[in-house]
Amino acid sequence: MKIEILGTGCPKCKKLHELSEEAVKELGVSAEIIKVTDINKIIDYGVMVTPALVVDGDVKVAGKIPSKEEITKWIEEK
Amino acid sequence: MSKCCCGGKTILIYPCSGAANTGEIADQISRKLTKEGFGKMTCLASVGAHISGFVQSAKGAEENITIDGCSINCAKKILEHIGVTPTKSYILTEMEVEKGKTPVTEEIVNKISNKIKKGLSPKEEKENNAEGDKNSECSCCSC
Repeated sequence: MKIEILGTGCPKCKKLHELSEEAVKELGVSAEIIKVTDINKIIDYGVMVTPALVVDGDVKVAGKIPSKEEITKWIEEK
Repeated sequence: MSKCCCGGKTILIYPCSGAANTGEIADQISRKLTKEGFGKMTCLASVGAHISGFVQSAKGAEENITIDGCSINCAKKILEHIGVTPTKSYILTEMEVEKGKTPVTEEIVNKISNKIKKGLSPKEEKENNAEGDKNSECSCCSC
């Protein structure tokens, strides 16, 4: 599984990264968590507001920080 | 794209994709507002196609502004289709643009862009104008 955190690296992006790592750890799944800071790559996803979370190519949220429970749910759905 | 995810309001602008003069004016207004930093023009068609990045961006933006050419209101309806109510919706045919007739000029683009920047809806503008008319007709000595 590939989880991507889209954003330029501000505190919100870091928080989202942190929550994603916690969710992956708690679920015990094998997932690669990648930070995407390149604006062109972010735009390629159609994301206009950051931070954003992408799970296996599907943008799950943009412009806000989801709860860990929401992130867990998205991971479990895959 | 927002430069920073932590500061500043995110305003996304969705012009309709109409084939008529109204669609062209909506498009040019959106580009002008983007160039001036008022907001960011984004792809309405991608929202309609349910492309996840665009859908989630609409749901996560602080403000979504639709600029429809006419009362068919495609831009507004597409956003509502994904469960997003636009913060402000403009219809150019309610703003002195006549479908099929008003030429696409810098003047009309500038005029309507300025109204959008002031945040006036056509209803608010009418009320403001009516207020102004009422004051100008007042004949009491305290005005």
